[in-house]
Amino acid sequence: MTRIGIVAELGREARVAATPATVGKLLGLGYDVVVEKGAGESASFRDEDYAAAGALVVGADEAWGSEVVLRINPPTDDEIGRLADGATLIGSLSPALRPDLVEALAGRPITALALDAVPRISRAQSMDVLSSMANIAGYRAVIEAAHEFGRFFTGQVTAAGKVPAKVLVAGAGVAGLAAIGAASSLGAIVRATDPRPEVADQVKSIGGTYLKVEVAEEMKSSDGYAKATSEAYNARAAEMYTEQAADVDIIITTALIPGRPAPKLLTAEDVAGMKSGSVIVDMAAGQGGNVEGSVAGERIVTDNGVVILGYTDLPARLPAQASQLYGTNMLNLLKLLTPDKDGQLRIDFDDVVQRSVTVVRDGAKTWPPPPVQVSAAPAAKTQTEVAETPAPKKKEGLSPAGKAGLFAAGIAALFLVNAVAPAPLPQHFTVLMLTVVVGFYVIGKVHHALHTPLMSVTNAISGIIVVGALLQVTSDNLVMQVLAAVAVLLASINIFGGFAVTRRMLAMFSRGDGARK
Amino acid sequence: MSDTVSGPLTADSIAGAAYIVAALLFILSLAGLSKHEKARAGVVYGITGMVIALAATVWLTVQGAWGTGAGLTGLVLLVAAVLVGGAIGLWRARVVEMTGMPELIALLHSFVGLAAVLVGWNGHLEAPALPADLTAIHHAEVFIGVFIGAVTFTGSIVAFLKLSARMKSSPLMLPGKNAINLGALAAFIALTVWYVNDSQLWLLIVVTLLALGLGWHLVASIGGGDMPVVVSMLNSYSGWAAAAAGFLLNNDLLIITGALVGSSGAYLSYIMCKAMNRSFISVIAGGFGIAAPVSKGDADQGEHREITAQATAEMLANASSVVITPGYGMAVAQAQYPVAELAHQLREKGVNVRFGIHPVAGRLPGHMNVLLAEAKVPYDIVLEMDEINDDLGDTSVVLVIGANDTVNPSAAEDPGSPIAGMPVLRVWEAENVIVFKRSMAVGYAGVQNPLFYRDNSQMLFGDAKTRVEDILKAF
Repeated sequence: MTRIGIVAELGREARVAATPATVGKLLGLGYDVVVEKGAGESASFRDEDYAAAGALVVGADEAWGSEVVLRINPPTDDEIGRLADGATLIGSLSPALRPDLVEALAGRPITALALDAVPRISRAQSMDVLSSMANIAGYRAVIEAAHEFGRFFTGQVTAAGKVPAKVLVAGAGVAGLAAIGAASSLGAIVRATDPRPEVADQVKSIGGTYLKVEVAEEMKSSDGYAKATSEAYNARAAEMYTEQAADVDIIITTALIPGRPAPKLLTAEDVAGMKSGSVIVDMAAGQGGNVEGSVAGERIVTDNGVVILGYTDLPARLPAQASQLYGTNMLNLLKLLTPDKDGQLRIDFDDVVQRSVTVVRDGAKTWPPPPVQVSAAPAAKTQTEVAETPAPKKKEGLSPAGKAGLFAAGIAALFLVNAVAPAPLPQHFTVLMLTVVVGFYVIGKVHHALHTPLMSVTNAISGIIVVGALLQVTSDNLVMQVLAAVAVLLASINIFGGFAVTRRMLAMFSRGDGARK
Repeated sequence: MSDTVSGPLTADSIAGAAYIVAALLFILSLAGLSKHEKARAGVVYGITGMVIALAATVWLTVQGAWGTGAGLTGLVLLVAAVLVGGAIGLWRARVVEMTGMPELIALLHSFVGLAAVLVGWNGHLEAPALPADLTAIHHAEVFIGVFIGAVTFTGSIVAFLKLSARMKSSPLMLPGKNAINLGALAAFIALTVWYVNDSQLWLLIVVTLLALGLGWHLVASIGGGDMPVVVSMLNSYSGWAAAAAGFLLNNDLLIITGALVGSSGAYLSYIMCKAMNRSFISVIAGGFGIAAPVSKGDADQGEHREITAQATAEMLANASSVVITPGYGMAVAQAQYPVAELAHQLREKGVNVRFGIHPVAGRLPGHMNVLLAEAKVPYDIVLEMDEINDDLGDTSVVLVIGANDTVNPSAAEDPGSPIAGMPVLRVWEAENVIVFKRSMAVGYAGVQNPLFYRDNSQMLFGDAKTRVEDILKAF
């Protein structure tokens, strides 16, 4: 049976790649699980908890010697050497940023899977560790900012007045949205910027105000991530950041572009324009920073009293939560890799998710994977395709000439019938014809929602045929009387039933408080 | 009828005047349905019109037959029939489930049809003394009235049986069914000519049987999903049957009412057919049921993803706008109450909840509206397809409950699809789509639905009612 090893992280990393809860589920997939002693300690998961969940607590060497090793941070060269031949390592390997690491991994006869390389397609969302960590980081960024900020977030009504804190969140990705949500639930006024205008609704939905950069350019993202922006846009955006910086108390920047240094959003002048005591959290500090003057992993205080936090370990500052989400992402990947729940790990290169995460397979480098198109983006291509395909065929009706011919024939028939028919018939036709026309216009105006009541009311009034039966019921012929009585009975059911059920239905229709836009 | 009242005010003239008033009130009654606010007043107009018409007719009858033996028997029969019929009608109207409205309406159509047949038969038996040319017309009217009535009668009975699942709803496939229908029509015309020349009772019996058979066959060859069209079509027929009786009896009120009902049903059928992008003839001939070609959509669609009720609840709670698109499946599962509760709770949370109703959702025009109204969903958040379609792109979550073909993207995108060109709710444009479904089976049209395999859609399997209740519990 395949053994999974949960190994401890190095240094100040407080997270762990599996929690007792996910260990239980890994066992359910048919694996054996061993946990390195003390691996979960800093995330508040004790060795006893793992043991209680069914894992074996072992020493470091034994854990590293497992067939499958779960990790959060990339391994050091030493650690790569500790992996057994044929083993599979799963973790956040950042293969795009660490070509050296990919080479080192490929130097061993192992398989390496990068959990942070899952494509951004809906099916893979449950494994998207970048999203789950960004969510935590966004929340934590607000908490860190609140910690540094010397005031309330919420506007409390005191004798001294009601002044809520103003927060600007740059970038409304997962982290940005989490930050907007956390800050607004603390009571602050939250504004958000993002080059993708389609996020405006999401910002609004969690309590923020979307600040649109007014330039004639829209960004469509084909892979679900933001891209670099144009000159005109950047110029206008820079002005907006300058204006906002002077106004707000807290700025949280989350702007990242995959494979490139983070865009500079706030200049030193912008920061200098901020009020003393303001706080900036630069969540992109690890990739070069969105704010001039931020230092990765450091807390900086500027000359004008603005605190700039460049922490890069924000998810790890919520270790239990982060481990839980990371562990769940990991578990979901393993579920995908263990289709038969038999404890046998299989990698299927036909599956785009499995292909994308595989960095090294059996000692052969498989990075980078072929690009994945995310259908979530409104792909212009599909639209044009639709436009080019012939419009869905409408049912072929009669040709205009055919219609005119039929119409003329109908008119002629009506004319002939009325011309030859004796006295009462033409009057009847007049009535019939006019009523059909009236009926058509009256019915055409009936509200669509009332079509069922319409049918039941027409049921009721078509019971008017009772009039015919009534006129016959006093006949001298007993057979006729009986037939007429039966007809009266049936028509009465219609009249009474039809009106009663219509009233019942209409009584149900009630107006709400007007939710219509 | 005899004139027992002297002077210009005769029973006939009073009845005639009452009929005109009644006819006007009937028109107002239908006109009232154009707005929800006016609809209840409309029903009052209808009832008033009916009372006036009946009072006038009864008085006319009483005037004519008072004192004669036959008149007395007739009156007793009349009172008994109205009492029994009224009681049955009121009872059915009170106990009927809103999900069972299509059946009730189909049944009521059959009564009109049968009544028309009986009135027609009496028209034969009555044999009034008329000039020769009028006699021929009288005969033709009897024949036509009986024919339309009988077709309506059996057609509605079959529709009722199919709707109440007492009969298999799949279309009946007799070989050469179009020939059967056309043959029956030709036979009817031939018999009419014969009867006009020689009014034998057996001819009337033959045509009655012929029409009964034709009505049965017509509706039996139409599948369950086309029932909205069939029911409106039968509604129309029942109107024409009443109008034919009006010609026979020389009664303008019957003609007016019949024509109103007839054009109403025809208009509804027309709307339904347009909503399915089908020709009326092909629905009537049951052509669609046969064709249902397997499109290329049967090719590998990819995988569908499942979602739990718990996750759905979370998604809904975080949504800014939700659109619910119900279909016949909601009626089958009786899920309208939990769905209404769900909408209510979401609205309490500040979520913008609306309903999008496809014109052919359900088995009756407007069926979904009635079900939702029954569950106390305010009608101003229940929108038509055209009203909601453009908003779907800005919607966070769409819940598809028991609908399938009406939300099928291949209608808009795949010209080879059997339902190509049918207007559908473009739910796939929304951010997330959650489809409540019992299994991955295809919808009525037998067409695979690519919606289920889209990246933004997820399936919530199980009984719609149970699942919605699960979501409510998870809030």
